[in-house]
Amino acid sequence: MNAPSPDSKDKPAAVEAAGLECGYDGVAVLKNISFAVRPGEVFFIIGGSGCGKSTLLRNLIGIQTPMAGAVTFSGRSFTQATVEARRDLLKTFGVLYQSGALWTSLTLRQNVALPLEEYTALSKREIEELATLKLAQVGLGGFEDYYPSEISGGMKKRAGLARALALDPAILFLDEPSAGLDPITSRKLDDLVLQIRDLFGTTLVVVSHELASIFAIADRVILLDRAEKGIVAEGPPRELAERSRDPRVIEFLHRGDRPGAAALP
Amino acid sequence: MAASTETGSAQASARAEGETLVVSLAGTWRITAPRPSWTEVLAQRSPRRVRLAVDAAGSWDSSLVLFLFEARQWCRATGAQADIEGLPEKLRTLLAQMAASHETSLPRDRSENFFQVVGLATLDAGLKLRAIFRFVGECVIALVQLVKKPHKFRWADCLDEMQQCGAMALPIVSLISFLVGVTLAYTGALVLRQYGGDIYVADLIGLAMVREMGAMMTGVVLAGRTGAAFAATIGNMKANEEIDALETLGIPAVNFLVLPRLLALGVMMPLLALYANALGILGGMAVAKSVLEISPTAYWVEMLTIVSLGDVTVGAIKAVAFGLIVGLSGCLCGLQAERSAAGVGRAATSAVVTAILFIIVADALFAVAFNVIGL
Repeated sequence: MNAPSPDSKDKPAAVEAAGLECGYDGVAVLKNISFAVRPGEVFFIIGGSGCGKSTLLRNLIGIQTPMAGAVTFSGRSFTQATVEARRDLLKTFGVLYQSGALWTSLTLRQNVALPLEEYTALSKREIEELATLKLAQVGLGGFEDYYPSEISGGMKKRAGLARALALDPAILFLDEPSAGLDPITSRKLDDLVLQIRDLFGTTLVVVSHELASIFAIADRVILLDRAEKGIVAEGPPRELAERSRDPRVIEFLHRGDRPGAAALP
Repeated sequence: MAASTETGSAQASARAEGETLVVSLAGTWRITAPRPSWTEVLAQRSPRRVRLAVDAAGSWDSSLVLFLFEARQWCRATGAQADIEGLPEKLRTLLAQMAASHETSLPRDRSENFFQVVGLATLDAGLKLRAIFRFVGECVIALVQLVKKPHKFRWADCLDEMQQCGAMALPIVSLISFLVGVTLAYTGALVLRQYGGDIYVADLIGLAMVREMGAMMTGVVLAGRTGAAFAATIGNMKANEEIDALETLGIPAVNFLVLPRLLALGVMMPLLALYANALGILGGMAVAKSVLEISPTAYWVEMLTIVSLGDVTVGAIKAVAFGLIVGLSGCLCGLQAERSAAGVGRAATSAVVTAILFIIVADALFAVAFNVIGL
């Protein structure tokens, strides 16, 4: 996939949420959520635990139906799509779930191959070659025939990423990619995310509350707040951290700055 | 000589320049859309050199990488020179990655020889047998602790389990037992009618239900219903590290999880078996009345001539044993489950199979034992 030019602002938004209302059993957790993710952007949905980050993601990727509002991918409506159009749109994005969500009865190669078998007319050999390439791209070369139970948590995430990349999606959704990982593995995963963006021009929508990742790779963020049930800030993370006077933004983005922390051994 | 292949919106055209085949690739290459194959583009030519070029205006994904890789593999196999200098840098990087992954990917050998398989299976069987004895031993120790310190026992959990495996199982036990009684009555009537002994159908059903079928059918139903539930619940708890949390608090899982369930089944099983006996007899009585025209009173009186309290005791003893078998196999399979969704599923299946197998084995042993002691 050709990487998009940085001046892709004139193109339709890769992901757009308009007046989205999400919740459970008729009770809204998030209200009036509107934002647009530009093609090739690394976009973070951030916020404290229980603020509705994962709920928003579930609504964006169609696992949950929004109570109101619309989601569009590259100008095409996802929420109002017909069954055929929806199936078509599903091919345009990949999702990395929090736990990797690998199918335990399949090897890593088979996990990556499954979307290719479902959506392409490639031969078995080609699918295997491509699955091997995807696994190599996430640093899992040589582990193709391992089962998910035989690899570590970080490797599972990377294998999940390889599977999400199988169909070369234009958009990649990542749900808490760094959760449960050590700082080194987490940083490697961040580097990988940037590599994917640079090499494939993929748009990345990341749900996270890991400050290190947010400052390292996010182009832009939206901050969700539980009490507000919506977006309380939007912009590049450093800019928000430096300029915002909103106590919720300051509390979230500066929570590492505990007085006297530097004096500790 | 020039040739062009277009599939969907992916285009590949080739023209010969002396001994060089210049392949131009254009259009939109998408992995989910059809694309030209290298063989089609080659069209049975055998160039000494292949120059690959991509139109900068087109867009591509792994589909084009696969095509280029196929071309390079062909060049390598035939000794032709592949010129990829005209390709964008990103594409060359991906092609290099693909070549590297192709070289380093070796299928993992999971094959085992016959002796290895037999050896491992034998070792596994030995370990499983040891685990069963150990588990039963732990349960006995936990039971002794319960007798010594009854206030430490989780009575609330036990009562909850009693409700789950006892009261909640009544509808299915009722249906199965009644139908077993009906089936036995019809089968018995087929033979007994020939000799004019219709009335003895009451003896047949009474004895069969009280000594065998009541306890056996309840055991089988509970193996599928309760045993599987025990295995799934405990297996899931293991996957969620809840069992580890208990162990690190110094609370044995057997005391906390297993004993309340075992006790609940041990108490409820004979009660359910008695209930099943009654329903089975009722089913037989219904058939006797409607098909054989035997009055319920005659049926009842005839049945009492053969069914004694000893037979009811035999059924109750079996029921307690079957209940313990169901509980033990369910809890043991749950505790031995692998820490995954598939592992929990396998544990539930294994619990049901193990329980039914041991119920039948135990029933056979009971038959021999009761025969020897004259019960």
